This record gives sequence, C-alpha cells and structure tokens, in this order.
Amino acid sequence: MSDKQTPIKDFQVIGTSPLRPDAVDKVTGRALFGDDVRLPGMLYGVVLRSPHSHARILSIDTRKAEALPGVFGAVTAADLPSFTDAGAYQRYQAENALANQKALYYGHPVAAVAAINPHIAQEALGLIDVTYEILPVILDVRQAMAEDAPILLDDLRTHEAGSRSDHSSNVASHEQTSCGDLELGFSQAAFIVEREFHTSTVHQGYIEPQNATAQAHEDGQITIWCSTQGAFGVRDQVAEILRVPVSHIRVIPMEIGGGFGGKNNVYLEPLAALLSRKCAHRPVKMIMGYDEVLAATGPTSASYIKVKIGAAADGRLIAAQAVLCYAAGAYPGSPVTSGMDCIFAPYKIPHVQIDGYDVVVNKPRTASYRAPGGTNANFAGEVVIDELCEKLGMDPLEFRLLNGVQTGDRKADGMPLPVIGFHEVIQAAQQTPQLSAPLEGPYRGRGVACGYWGNYGGTSSASASVNADGAISLVEGSVDLGSGRVAIAMQLAEAMELPYQDIQTVVGDTATVGYTEGTYGSRATFATGWAVYELAQSLKGQLCERAALLWDVEPDQVGYGKGAFTNRVSAESMSLRALASHMDETGGPVVASASVHPSKEGPAFGVHIADVEVDPETGKVSVLRYTAVQDVGKAIHPIYVEGQIQGGVAQGIGWGMNEEYVYDEQGRLLNASLLDYRLPTSLDLPMIETVLVEVPNPGHPYGVRGVGEMPIVPPPAALANAIYRAVGVRMQILPMSPPRILEALWEKERN
Amino acid sequence: MTHSIIVHTTLNSQEIEFLCEPRQSLLEVLREGLGLTGAKQACNNGNCGACSVILDGVLVNACLVLAVEVEGKSITTIEGIGGPGGLHPLQEEFLKQAALQCGICTPGFIVAAKVLLDQNSRPSEIEVRRWLAGNLCRCTGYDKIVRAVLAAAERMAETPLEVQA
Repeated sequence: MSDKQTPIKDFQVIGTSPLRPDAVDKVTGRALFGDDVRLPGMLYGVVLRSPHSHARILSIDTRKAEALPGVFGAVTAADLPSFTDAGAYQRYQAENALANQKALYYGHPVAAVAAINPHIAQEALGLIDVTYEILPVILDVRQAMAEDAPILLDDLRTHEAGSRSDHSSNVASHEQTSCGDLELGFSQAAFIVEREFHTSTVHQGYIEPQNATAQAHEDGQITIWCSTQGAFGVRDQVAEILRVPVSHIRVIPMEIGGGFGGKNNVYLEPLAALLSRKCAHRPVKMIMGYDEVLAATGPTSASYIKVKIGAAADGRLIAAQAVLCYAAGAYPGSPVTSGMDCIFAPYKIPHVQIDGYDVVVNKPRTASYRAPGGTNANFAGEVVIDELCEKLGMDPLEFRLLNGVQTGDRKADGMPLPVIGFHEVIQAAQQTPQLSAPLEGPYRGRGVACGYWGNYGGTSSASASVNADGAISLVEGSVDLGSGRVAIAMQLAEAMELPYQDIQTVVGDTATVGYTEGTYGSRATFATGWAVYELAQSLKGQLCERAALLWDVEPDQVGYGKGAFTNRVSAESMSLRALASHMDETGGPVVASASVHPSKEGPAFGVHIADVEVDPETGKVSVLRYTAVQDVGKAIHPIYVEGQIQGGVAQGIGWGMNEEYVYDEQGRLLNASLLDYRLPTSLDLPMIETVLVEVPNPGHPYGVRGVGEMPIVPPPAALANAIYRAVGVRMQILPMSPPRILEALWEKERN
Repeated sequence: MTHSIIVHTTLNSQEIEFLCEPRQSLLEVLREGLGLTGAKQACNNGNCGACSVILDGVLVNACLVLAVEVEGKSITTIEGIGGPGGLHPLQEEFLKQAALQCGICTPGFIVAAKVLLDQNSRPSEIEVRRWLAGNLCRCTGYDKIVRAVLAAAERMAETPLEVQA
C-alpha cells in the first residue's frame, strides 16, 4: 500500500456516471439474488421460533416432525458442538443461531426442519413439541439496568474501567470518555440545556429477507450461497458456530437485496449447513418470512440518552455531558461506543464527559444499522443544540460555524480530526435554494441539524488479469450493496488510464479473492478502491516490462499513459491493446492482486435542512422539502453518491417519523409485517435534494471518504427541530408519530 | 401429499401449462417451478410489491394469487417486458436515472410502472407516487424512481413504443 498520495485533479473516469456492471441484469429480473439459487435435489428448510421472549427450554422433541412424509431431518441446539471451552462471544453466536436451554427473545430459533417443499416443512414445525418455563421479561433498557432486574445471561458481568464486576448483571459494559473539567466548564456557562431522550427499536428494513442455501459435502467441506454484506464474515461466523476450520467453508455471495448493516451477522447459514449434513447431504435452501425478519434479525438499539450542554454568552460551547444507555438485545454488542463517538463530534467543546452502557434486554440481538448508534445519539445532541441556539438567539448555522470542528481539532477521546470539510458543508448549506426559499403558512417549520460519521477502512483485496484484447478482468472482494462495484471498477479504470468499458468486474467469493471485510462502515469504495489502485500499479509495472522485452530496452525506458506505452529510446508507441496480444510470447498472462488495510478513512460531515407541516388535528407530520449537504471527499460516481444520500435520508425520516417495534407486555412483537412496521412509501417522502461538497481525503489516492452511512444520522434531529418551529413542541422521543405529536401538543396546551 | 392440478395459461405471450398444488401461490410456481425468478419473494404477504406481475392487464402481487387462479388468463412478468429494440423505456430510464441500488425491488417497480403508463400515459409526480405506494424500496428514497417513471412517460409520449426501431 502506498504511503501517501496526492489527490489527482484531472480525472478521466472518476466523476462520470457510467452504467453499472450489474444494472441491466437488475432491470430485467435476471440478476440472481440469494433466494434465486436452485440446486438439484434441493430441500427447503424452515425455523421453529420461540413464542416467548424469555423462557427456559425444558425439552424439545422433533420425532413426530421427522416422521412426517417428505421431511428429511430436524436440528436443534443438541446438533451444535459443545462450547464449554469456548469464549462467551462464540457461545452467544451459537446460542443466537439455535437457542440452548433458554429462549431470550420472541422469535429466537429453537429448531429447524428440512423437507422436500416448504409447505411440508411448515407442517412439520407444528409437530415439534417444546416445553417452556416462562421467565419474567425485560424490554426497557433502564429497567434492565435496575439492581433487582431479572437476569438474562447468568454469566454476564459488567466490564467497567478495565475490570469485571463480581455479580451477574444485564449491563455488559460501561465506558467513559472525557476531557477537561466538566464541573468547571458548566460553572462558566451562561446557558445550559439539559434534556432526556428515548428512541425506539427500529429495523434496517431491507426488502429481501435473509436467505441461505447450503451444501454440506461428504468430505466435510461446506458451500454456502447467501445474501450477505460479507462472504468472509459469513465464513468466519459459520466456522465458529459449527467449530470447523474456515478453509472448509466456501461462501458465495449472491446479489444482495439490501443490508444496511443487518446482513453482516449469520442467522440461517449455520442452520442450512447443519440441515444439509443431517439430510443425506442434500442442499438445503432457507428463506425467512418477513415476520421472522422483523422478530429475529437486526434490529438496532432502542436507547435512553441524557444530554446536558452549556454555552458562554457569546455562543461558544464550554461543556457537554451525555449518558447513553443502549439496548443490545439478547446478547451484548449494542453500538453504544459509536453513539459516544458521534454525540458531540461536530463541536469544539473543552469540557466533556460521555458515559455509555451496553445493556441486554429480551429483544433480538441487535445488528449494525447504517452509522450504527449514530442516529440515536445525534438526535439527542442536535435537539439540545437547537434549543441552545434559541436561548442564545443565534442562527443555527452561524452557531455551527462558530463552534464546528475543523481539521486538527481534537474529539473528546483526544483523537485529532484529519482533513474534514465540515465548515465547507455549513457554508454550502447556507447557499442552498431551500434555505433561501420562504416557508409560509401555519403549522410549518424549518429545522436544521448536522451529523458526523467516522467511517472505517479495514481489509480489502482484489485481483485482476489482462485479457488478450486489452480489457482487464477484475475480481473484487466487496459485496455490492448498490453502487460499490461500479465505483471500484471506475477507480481501476482511472488508475489504468483506460476507458471504463475496458474493465469487466465481478464480486469474488471466499475461494476466488483474498480476504475482504464486509461492506460496512462506508468502506467498500474507499478500501477496495484503494486495493484496485494498488493492483493497477502492479499491472502497469508488469506491462511496462513486457513492452521493454518486445522493444529490447530496459523497463525504465518504457513510459505509460492513457492506455499506451512509449519507448523513450525510439519514441515508438504501442497501445495496451496491442501489447496484450503479445502476452504468450513475453512470459504468459499478466495478473496482479492486492490486499490493503488503509486506515485514513476520513470522517464525513453533513448538514440537513427539513421543512415540515404538522396537522394539529391528527398529529401527522408531512415532510414538505428536504436538502442534504455532505462532504463526500470525491464523488466517484456522482449520481449514485446522490442515491446513497437520498436513501439514508429516507431511512432517517422513517426512523424519525414512523418506524418502531411495538411489543406487548410479554415481549411479543405486535407489528411484525412491513405494513404494520410501516417503512416510508413513495407517498411519504418529497424529492430529496442533495449537495455534494468535495473536500478530498488525503488518506486515499482519489480523495474518497465514505458516504453511505452519514446521511441517516441527521434526519430525526432536523425533523424534530422543524416540528418545534412549526408548533412549538420539543420532541424528545422517536418516532415522532402522530399520537406522540398529539400528546405533546395537548401537553403544551395544558401548560 | 396433495393432488396436483394442470393449469393452462399464457405466460409472457407463450401458451403454457404447468402442474401445481392448489396451495401454491403464483409466485412459488413462477420461481420454483417455471424458473422465472425476476418476481422476487420478499414479504410474501402483499406488503412490498417485489413480486408484482400483470394478470390480464391488472397489477397484482404474485404472492397473493393462487397458481390455480391463472387458468385461462394471461400473465406478464418482468421477463416479458421489453421493447422491440431490447429494453423497455422504463428499464432504460431506470438505468439512466440510477433508479436502483440493490435491485431487489426493481423488477416490481418496473412492472408496476408499466401498468400505470398503460393506463395513464402522462402521469403527474403525485400520480406516480400514489400508484407506486404499493411497492417498497429501502435504498433510494424513491426520488430517482419517480424521476425515471416520469422520464419514461415523457419519452414514450414523444416516441410511442410501437413505432420505436
């Protein structure tokens, strides 16, 4: 990996909008997603799930189910290897795949059955006898933290300040970040705002349910086809759960119908593999119903957040404190530390203390969701900031220009910020058409909020070969969630100084490309883009050597540019295409591969502007207009960069306005369908205007910084701030659904 | 084991017959029996529109139609949509306007939009949004989808499909 790159200004391919390699297949229905896999002799697997959200499993009897004609076999936790010598994380992974002794959430898998068709498999589920002892249920994060709360995991101890508590607790960890002197800071503040916030459990809401097809071979090898954000991640997790070497598993990632963080974890993959093993080594395909998706995959944390911020009379921020309590679901691992990283990140504040608690509750184990943990925290932080602006009588964007972080400023954790474009974003926001357009009429308001996401680098690999016609075949390791493959191919074209059409791209599987982390952390275009940049340098070097052989000169006497080689001695020229036809006589095929682990990913900042209208009779909030401004580093494929931002905004609006898990007192999910969970439809959203600000990331050869996650962070806060300006109520709970708005309006009237 | 039934139907302009169980949905037969996987199984209960197909000119969710119901009827799936020159203008505009990301909902949107344009050749933005509200997309925020449908309508009004080269 190159040490330091200077971003190049004049691009040939980057910044254009070519056709995606996968796009025609996707508009014609030809693209093969996970559930489109069909193999000879394939069986269909289904999962029996716990109807209780906290219960001891006293017995499971699958004999009647297995005796049903057409059924090939059933599996339970008894079919998993022993984990008595394994670490807690590995054990939790296995227990989440198949409940062992205890069901910890409504929908927790208890058994799985494979049959010749899904209908018979479903019938068989009804023949499995399970006896449960029902245990008390804990759904709320603060109730779970209480000293006398029922304990979910008997072996769980609280990790705190490097040590482990001596008694069982639902609090998996307590982390603290601080700088300065909090008490001193608040004593100097002229204005202080302190508020408490609650956010509900929400789901990633990808349209394609989890699915997996597995073939367990007689020699112990396992092949898995599935919808995942990372083939290697699936391989690693299945290997952990089945306790087999990673090299015995091959994972082939099919096209993925949305992930948003929710398809990094495995659910069906280990069950399909277990079933295939048990069912005469026939391949087994499984797909979840959407009720199962909502009840037992994802979601992201519900949270309780307390924020206190103080500013001096001149508007400068002095002190800030936050306590974040995130519900992890049934096993530890909420994104509370990311929430801690995000909550005050946009601001220069000398005195800060942030406490974060990761807490288990009787809900599904949480998975990442686009900027995991950031949206909850930012909602709390930015609503308090807006109230502070009001007290100070300052324009919210002027306030952010005064207090916003710049390159080199340190975050609360002491880490200095690399080159960032926050101030450029604020200034661009001030120039947006929406901000200068008048917003008239009753019950209408305009709100702004900013947001931050740190992004991630991680390990990526790619390999490429030169074809006889001069085109390059690329195998890249990042699963394509919607625009990554084209952006990676464009960077190879740019680095090779070839037209985009000369790059043929496929996504590799675990057997065909080097280790690559999943497509998460807004990392694929950044890190895998860097991998193809590296391999282009190798390809060009090798090709120069081949040209030197043909010309009988030294390799350093060969130059390369714009798809052609130059003999610096004779001034002859030869196109890459012409050279490519001479591979056999100059030493055989030219191939290259690269694996990189870049770490200078470059944080993303954005400012969002929302115009809303509140119906005071029904509490319904209509989003009239929305603009998202973001520093994208360098937009490789601008129209898809816009698309990423629009999609993130749409999810953020859903989180802010509608979406939530509704449980009854026993912890049964009451709205486990897309209609009742209520994703935004085309009628719920306006056109979403975007402004791409390009402050190149010096930590990438083409200035790329991650784009995809940041846009979900500001919307709930921007909407809450707009609602305040429309009707004068400060919403401190998500979602801000009609009943909650009405309650807040009635409360305001009463006072 | 339930008894299977022979169903005669017209699928993407071809007369075919298939064998199915009475409990099988049209979606299951299309995907698992006939190998047409363009209609996607997503919610499987009519909420999302990813399995949209056209049944005798009417937009339906294939997951909510029993396969035996299509006896004597005509079905068009995404695999049957296209212009004489290849792609249908809707497909071309989806490509041009970047109206897809992951692509799982895309066939359903294109099928749904085709039925709209068959009935209303120049819909307004709100008419497009209202019509497509039965199709869920989680990636795009609908902005580029709505634009693609409007652009396709405009192009088709200028050059109707039947006179395109």
